[in-house]
Amino acid sequence: MQRIPILQMGECLLVTIQVDLQDQTALALQDDLSAKIEATGAHGVLIDISALEIVDSFIGRMLAGISGIARVLDATTVVVGMQPAVAITLVELGLSLEGVRTALNVERGMQMLRDAAQEDGLDHAA
Amino acid sequence: MTQDNTAIDEILTANHDEVLQDWLAELTASSRSSGASQGAASRSEALELLGGLREGLRADGSAARFEDAPAWERTRGVLEALSRTRAARGSSASETSQFVLALKRSLFARLQQRLSKEPERLVGALWSISELLDRMAQFTVTSFQRSREEVITRQQEELLELSTPVVKLWDGVLAVPMIGTLDSSRTQLVMESLLQRIVDTGSELAIIDITGVPTVDTLVAQHLLKTVTAIRLMGADCIISGVRPQIAQTIVHLGIDLAGITTKASLADALALALKRAGYVVTRTKL
Amino acid sequence: MTMPLEGAMGLSTEQDIVMSRQTVRKLTQQINFSLVDQTKMITAASELSRNTVVYGGGGEMRWQVVSNGAKTGLRLAFEDKGPGIPDLALALTDGWTSGKGLGVGLSGSKRLVNEFDIRTAVGEGTCVTITRWK
Repeated sequence: MQRIPILQMGECLLVTIQVDLQDQTALALQDDLSAKIEATGAHGVLIDISALEIVDSFIGRMLAGISGIARVLDATTVVVGMQPAVAITLVELGLSLEGVRTALNVERGMQMLRDAAQEDGLDHAA
Repeated sequence: MTQDNTAIDEILTANHDEVLQDWLAELTASSRSSGASQGAASRSEALELLGGLREGLRADGSAARFEDAPAWERTRGVLEALSRTRAARGSSASETSQFVLALKRSLFARLQQRLSKEPERLVGALWSISELLDRMAQFTVTSFQRSREEVITRQQEELLELSTPVVKLWDGVLAVPMIGTLDSSRTQLVMESLLQRIVDTGSELAIIDITGVPTVDTLVAQHLLKTVTAIRLMGADCIISGVRPQIAQTIVHLGIDLAGITTKASLADALALALKRAGYVVTRTKL
Repeated sequence: MTMPLEGAMGLSTEQDIVMSRQTVRKLTQQINFSLVDQTKMITAASELSRNTVVYGGGGEMRWQVVSNGAKTGLRLAFEDKGPGIPDLALALTDGWTSGKGLGVGLSGSKRLVNEFDIRTAVGEGTCVTITRWK
């Protein structure tokens, strides 16, 4: 079964989605990330979807789910690199992805995570 | 190969150069008499077509299946390329189909020579080649029309793009001055090109200026709302500027909820806000 | 590889949902849909394929390249012999969900295409047909 690798960079977890995800894989990612956040005490999760050409309601639900779970585990999630065609389709689909923070690219995303960590009063090097 | 195809193929093989010569001569003659603006068709195109024709005949292609049989794939390719260049040149559809039909005379003459002693075979072969060339001519015209449509569509798109350019106002700040009525396809195009520029330049703020938009109705407002939502989904933000008092009234009157979208009366105000958000302070050094 | 202009594929596993996306991608690319139109059609297909697999108990997706004079388009039909949808009007409302979904699959897909047709009856199954023109 395909599994998306999760990289750790300091206090942040980095996920890059580059394949056409099977539903199972998306669910496994959600589980894996939750476990890893807990295990590492990470305060930031960055999900790079710049290679994803299709985001349907299932993937959208997964992203919102990860965001929610992470928040409960005291971590901020940022989704980066959404393609224009994907954004247009999501709007038409009616998916608001509420609660999911987004940034244009990895660089901006990491900056957002650093800012969020600082706001919490936790001075961790990201 | 069928009998008819064999007969035609034999001619194309044995008398290849003469057939070509006659064909090109026929084309030059007819283009002169019809006053066509183009000169004689290119020799290489004719050669290509003869090659495709032979290939198709040998693969036992039939006229009836010209549009989709794999045997005629090469020939279709040649005809499509032919139509495309002529469409781009501004030739007419009939000039383009004439290219194919001019081959008939040359082939008919040779078939008659070769099969003069076999009238039945001759009729069969003549009918066969006539049907085939007619189908090819029809195909050429259809391709031609399609190419023309593509040219027109492309020109329309270019016009649309020209009328709504996306400009960079500052590092990380893009602006789109919308001019004229905002219809569905127009807004769609603007949205797509704006979003792409945002990604390309990594700009976090886009200003959509609607000073040049005469009226805003529910539909237009919806389009704008969708654009802003898409921009935010990607991780950037949007300010709508150029909101005149009348438009503000219409928006309130229609009960449109510009949920959390920042609006400014002028592009200048929007730029000032954008700079402020980005952490810039503008000071004047000369008085 | 060129796709045939008409065809069908079975939808019974999750992997089939992925396959349906890939199939629709190949088709929309073949008839030269713009990138945004491709994305919309593939996303709609993904939603409807999933409905067929997860709620319809499996079924099939049929495709057909269509033409209405000057325009070319793609028609997809998603059919299952599952439980059917009891309250169609409700199902087509945004936010409605019968399971753990976000409830946008059916109604959302409608907005992604030009033509949307649904036939369903309790105990008989469901057939959703969508068309997108270039």
